[in-house]
Amino acid sequence: MELLSGAEMVVRALRDEGVKYIYGYPGGALLHVYDALFQQDEVEHILVRHEQAATHMADAYARATNKPGVALVTSGPGATNAITGIATAYMDSIPMIVITGQVMSFLIGEDAFQETDMLGISRPIVKHNFSVTRAEDIPSIIKKAFYIAQTGRPGPVVIDIPKDMTTPTERFPYEYPKSVKLRSYNPVTKGHSGQIRKAVDMLLAAKRPMIYTGGGIIMGDASAELTEFAHLLKYPVTNTIMGLGGFPGTDPQYVGWLGMHGSYESNMAMHHSDLILAIGARFDDRVTNAVDKFCPTARIIHVDIDPASISKTVQADVPIVGPAKAVLEEMIQLVKESKKRPDQDALDAWWKQIDEWRGRHGGRYRTDDSEMMKPQQVIEMLSKVTNGNAYVCSDVGQHQMFAAQYYKFNKPNRWINSGGLGTMGFGLPAAMGIKLNFPESDVVCVTGEGSIQMNIQELSTCKQYDIPVVIVCLNNQSLGMVRQWQDMNYESRHSQSYMNSLPDFIKLVESYGHVGMKVTKYSELEGAMREAFAMKDRLVFMDIYVDPFEHVYPMQVPRGSMRDMWLSKTERT
Amino acid sequence: MRHIISVLMENEPGALSRVVGLFSQRNFNIESLTVAPTDDSTLSRMTVMTTGDERVIEQITKQLNKLIDVVKVVDLSEGDHIERELMMIKFKANGQMRAEIKRTADIFRGQIIDITPNTYTVQLVGSSDKLDAFIASLGNASIMEVVRSGVSGIARGEKVLTI
Ligand SMILES: Cc1cc2nc3c(=O)[nH]c(=O)nc-3n(C[C@H](O)[C@H](O)[C@H](O)COP(=O)(O)OP(=O)(O)OC[C@H]3O[C@@H](n4cnc5c(N)ncnc54)[C@H](O)[C@@H]3O)c2cc1C
Ligand SMILES: Cc1ncc(C[n+]2csc(CCOP(=O)(O)OP(=O)(O)O)c2C)c(N)n1
Ligand SMILES: [Mg+2]
Repeated sequence: MELLSGAEMVVRALRDEGVKYIYGYPGGALLHVYDALFQQDEVEHILVRHEQAATHMADAYARATNKPGVALVTSGPGATNAITGIATAYMDSIPMIVITGQVMSFLIGEDAFQETDMLGISRPIVKHNFSVTRAEDIPSIIKKAFYIAQTGRPGPVVIDIPKDMTTPTERFPYEYPKSVKLRSYNPVTKGHSGQIRKAVDMLLAAKRPMIYTGGGIIMGDASAELTEFAHLLKYPVTNTIMGLGGFPGTDPQYVGWLGMHGSYESNMAMHHSDLILAIGARFDDRVTNAVDKFCPTARIIHVDIDPASISKTVQADVPIVGPAKAVLEEMIQLVKESKKRPDQDALDAWWKQIDEWRGRHGGRYRTDDSEMMKPQQVIEMLSKVTNGNAYVCSDVGQHQMFAAQYYKFNKPNRWINSGGLGTMGFGLPAAMGIKLNFPESDVVCVTGEGSIQMNIQELSTCKQYDIPVVIVCLNNQSLGMVRQWQDMNYESRHSQSYMNSLPDFIKLVESYGHVGMKVTKYSELEGAMREAFAMKDRLVFMDIYVDPFEHVYPMQVPRGSMRDMWLSKTERT
Repeated sequence: MRHIISVLMENEPGALSRVVGLFSQRNFNIESLTVAPTDDSTLSRMTVMTTGDERVIEQITKQLNKLIDVVKVVDLSEGDHIERELMMIKFKANGQMRAEIKRTADIFRGQIIDITPNTYTVQLVGSSDKLDAFIASLGNASIMEVVRSGVSGIARGEKVLTI
């Protein structure tokens, strides 16, 4: 057996896991590992400009592929800089491996130089974390970390490696484990058949059914099964913002996404439904609005791989613990075998009602009340220019909601956003992580002039590695989402939501060696956008000036039910 | 409602902090907590006494089960079980109080485990209620120090918590 140092084992184990890129930043505690990286060329390291970006790049790779991305950061400040990225992945259940350097094991606890208790700091925001106490355990720990990160409900795993575990002169026989078994961790592989049968019976008897799905469809690779199941029954489908693309956005059965800024028709349909089939969605407070007023007439079937997601905020009538894909396969089979059929008259009446709601709002916005370009127009153009096929990586704010509302996603894993944590600064590194791995695809970062400045230093990384993403900055010269809340709840007192002293983004990106375009008129938008996407080998930053007074609608009324919404600045349900 | 939750977990460094952290992170209550290794040195057994409505207790057991180091979880209060707590209590014991403490300890089947001319230390084992009752019944004595182990529990009958 080959003898390798701890540092070499880290790199070799990553290679044996099939890892092509890792994203990171060196420092004292990791120098042995960086030296081992230097001496091979199978695992390529991407040097970011801030560790937060390394974690978002790894995370976005995982969102696009459902395979864990890997970040490598040094001890102390390197590790703490990665915290926001780990929390971002944790909140959205994204598989990721973060390897953190640590001070020598015999110095731990002595407030050594660049020591932080990474296990302690990361504990509440990881699926699990490991500390290496014997160098020869490195391969098995890495194997376990990958296994834990991507099975069951996925999530980030941190591996903390003290520097003396990577000493080049201490070598050990290396073998990468073929399999792993943990007596305390046994993710479910299928749902309870009795419960599934009961659920199907209820579904076939429903009069106003709704299928409400979420991120679990995307990460559980169950989009095809969901689509088949929904088509079989002809029931309306909505999803959370995390589930976009899990069901085709242009399908007539799709009623838009739901929740705080969800479509009028999906929120109305949820509220009036008599049976909700929830799959891989966690009844988040951005979705339910006040839980005591949530869907008063509906019974709830809840399918989730994590039992703790079921009946956490809203009580389920039929809980089903299992992976979305396997449960849906079983449901499809049962529906096909069953002699019962949905009540066609009831279903027709239900669809008639939903179409009426669709007609009432249906995602309209006003273009006549201002000279300025509307952010919604920009996203609709983006959807058109990229034929709905781009990877859309969003930052956080109004622009995120507009992107989710007006870009039509027909495929899963194409909409990449930070939903649970809502991390401004996520968009650009996310787009980079994806472009690097999918160089032939259109990859766009939709951002705001606020968010982009949270990780703008990564333009330098893009230069170093030639990562030609397109950045669509909806420049409303304000922290628009904050400002909207201030307009609606604080009599327009714009406390600290105005971004004066913005940089000249064009000059800024040019100084990094990229292309900048400023767009102020709608008539110039399509041409400019087509030009930007045609420049395949350059990063293009589109600084697009949009109406700073625009709000995102619909918007649920705080503490109301799902049907209580503002539909514009003046209309309320 | 008061619940006694037993947890079997890997005897690994950090395992305890994961459980304790989970309780504070998720705003769950801990009334008492005991932990020690079992006959199998790779496993520790923890007993958590907590309070909460049904929904909260369900979340507690589900969230505990999710921790990778946790092997098994049972809510002992769901079935017949025995719970015990150990208390050591030191009294100022002069004059006629000496006899009264001794008498009360006997009634509660406590033992005097340390004596000085001015103090008695009593050891008492029982349910938490019994320990509370003992303290209450010696309300006029002067208590110098109380130390309680927290509740441990085990199911009655043939039911066991093992792997
Ligand atoms: C400014 C802002 C506004 C927002 N507004 C909205 C809004 O209006 N509407 C909205 O929907 N969201 C909104 N969000 C996002 C929101 O905060 C939540 O992130 C989101 O609603 C959660 O989506 P989800 O329920 O699909 O859960 P996710 O976080 O995607 O969780 C997935 C669930 O699926 C389960 N799961 C994972 N894998 C599987 C599998 N293989 N099989 C079965 N189950 C599985 C998991 O256990 C989990 O319960 C907003 C975010 C921001 C930042
Ligand atoms: C790191 C971080 N800090 C603060 C917030 C709170 N927040 C949410 S949206 C928003 C404004 C975003 O502004 P911008 O990027 O310009 O987007 P816009 O809403 O204007 O489209 C803020 C401050 C956040 N989500 N993330
Ligand atoms: Mg803005």
